[in-house]
Amino acid sequence: MFEISTTRHNPLIDPSLAVWSWEIPVYLFAGGLVAGMMILGGLALLRAARGDDPKTYFSMQTPLLAFVLINLGMGALLLDLAHKLYVWRVFLTFQPDSPMSWGSWVLIAVYGALLASALIRLPQAWPWLGERVPLLQRLSDWLLASAARIKVLGWANIVLGVGLGIYTGILLNTMVARPLWNSAILGPLFLVSGLSAGAAAMHLVSVFLPRRPAPRGMIGGAISALCQQLGAEPPERRTVDALIRADLAFLVAELVLLGLLIINLQTSSASHIAAAALIVSGPYAWAFWGVIVALGILVPLALQGLELGHRIPHTVVPALLVLVGGFALRWVMVNAGQASHIVHAAGL
Amino acid sequence: MVIDTRKCVGCMDCVVACQTENDVPHGFCRDWITTEVRGEFPHLSLEIRSERCNHCDNPPCVSCCPTGASHVEPVGKVVLVTANKCIGCKACIAACPYDARYVHPDGYVDKCTFCHHRTKDGLDPACVSVCPTHCMYFGDLDDPKSKVNELLRTRKFHTLLPEAGTRPRVYYLT
Repeated sequence: MFEISTTRHNPLIDPSLAVWSWEIPVYLFAGGLVAGMMILGGLALLRAARGDDPKTYFSMQTPLLAFVLINLGMGALLLDLAHKLYVWRVFLTFQPDSPMSWGSWVLIAVYGALLASALIRLPQAWPWLGERVPLLQRLSDWLLASAARIKVLGWANIVLGVGLGIYTGILLNTMVARPLWNSAILGPLFLVSGLSAGAAAMHLVSVFLPRRPAPRGMIGGAISALCQQLGAEPPERRTVDALIRADLAFLVAELVLLGLLIINLQTSSASHIAAAALIVSGPYAWAFWGVIVALGILVPLALQGLELGHRIPHTVVPALLVLVGGFALRWVMVNAGQASHIVHAAGL
Repeated sequence: MVIDTRKCVGCMDCVVACQTENDVPHGFCRDWITTEVRGEFPHLSLEIRSERCNHCDNPPCVSCCPTGASHVEPVGKVVLVTANKCIGCKACIAACPYDARYVHPDGYVDKCTFCHHRTKDGLDPACVSVCPTHCMYFGDLDDPKSKVNELLRTRKFHTLLPEAGTRPRVYYLT
């Protein structure tokens, strides 16, 4: 028999860690989603730099939407802080060993890249602002005048998107104290999950894109600028099929990485095996298998495969399920991870 | 710090002394008593330990801190938190394998400081100075002639979760 008792009773620490609540899964999801949108947007920008018409890409229409989403995520992050008034301290220093420090500075650069990307279309998408601030049109023309500038912006979106999508997984990965997270797979897993969420979000945008010119009012223009069609016509059908094919690839990759995570944990130390049990057969098994794997990956895979083969009509259901599964992945990882801990060696 | 588990009776004087000396908020503790029972009846063994932050030589709580609030002091290599740099992100709490930290009601993250305000003047930490069985020792691990090093040379000892790779600096004599 092996029995440990302790007199410690610190709030949020005992009986098991509960320092990170809903705010962190919300931020992780928003960050991953925006990272996916940025990478897809960056790829579209590279194609535009090579001569493709930017109006044919859905991801070119949504940097402002990504900007709003990342602000929501950062808002959740701020709410999580226990010492909120000191948040500016993060931006007075750079701590090379801290993934959170890396991420904070990447987010600053992400803001810049998203605003610059939004500039390309802002004067047309929000005419009320475009007419009152002629500088925006001049900046937009300056950017579009050179293929090299578009290419730089495209690569900035891709590199920063990868950084944003991967650093949170690396941050969790560095914590030996929480064996469920202690796997290098987590970074790529979060990135790929973010890519599939980004593709799903683009798919939803393609459905809800208003098929009319931009409203001329202040408020109406602001709201519709989030995903306003750029040209006279919305992007073609085949662009949506490309998004669905991309999403299929990302979902398969996500499934493989989840499988590798389980294998990795179950072939590591006793602490890692116990951590894997939490999500495979323990209290989080229903959320893991039912929501993340089945609803979030397998069902969308099947539905989208059938849609591409024209067996069933296109709907928004697969995209919505992917988003639900993506959020569930973050929720399960944050909560089950806090429940996991180094298992005491009872055999000695 | 070296603690002789054969002499510790789990009286919790160290816990109370720490809370008094460091104004620890009500309901929180920087150190605590852990009791471990092993074996099959009637062949049982018991170890009583006074635990706290281990001021590790490879502290994961320092490397994860985005502001440098959690840092290693040059003298004594004590791990401390600068409260006005702490943003309360709680990454250090998640990173600590010993669950030694907590969120202070004022918002910053707090933990045992080895009573740095006392030790820099040559005094012992509060917990060490009140222990009624004198089972706790605090000293310089870099000084071959110190009492702590003499104990580690002559007695069997273990640390907590050495497999975590943190190189903790609280040693438990058995």
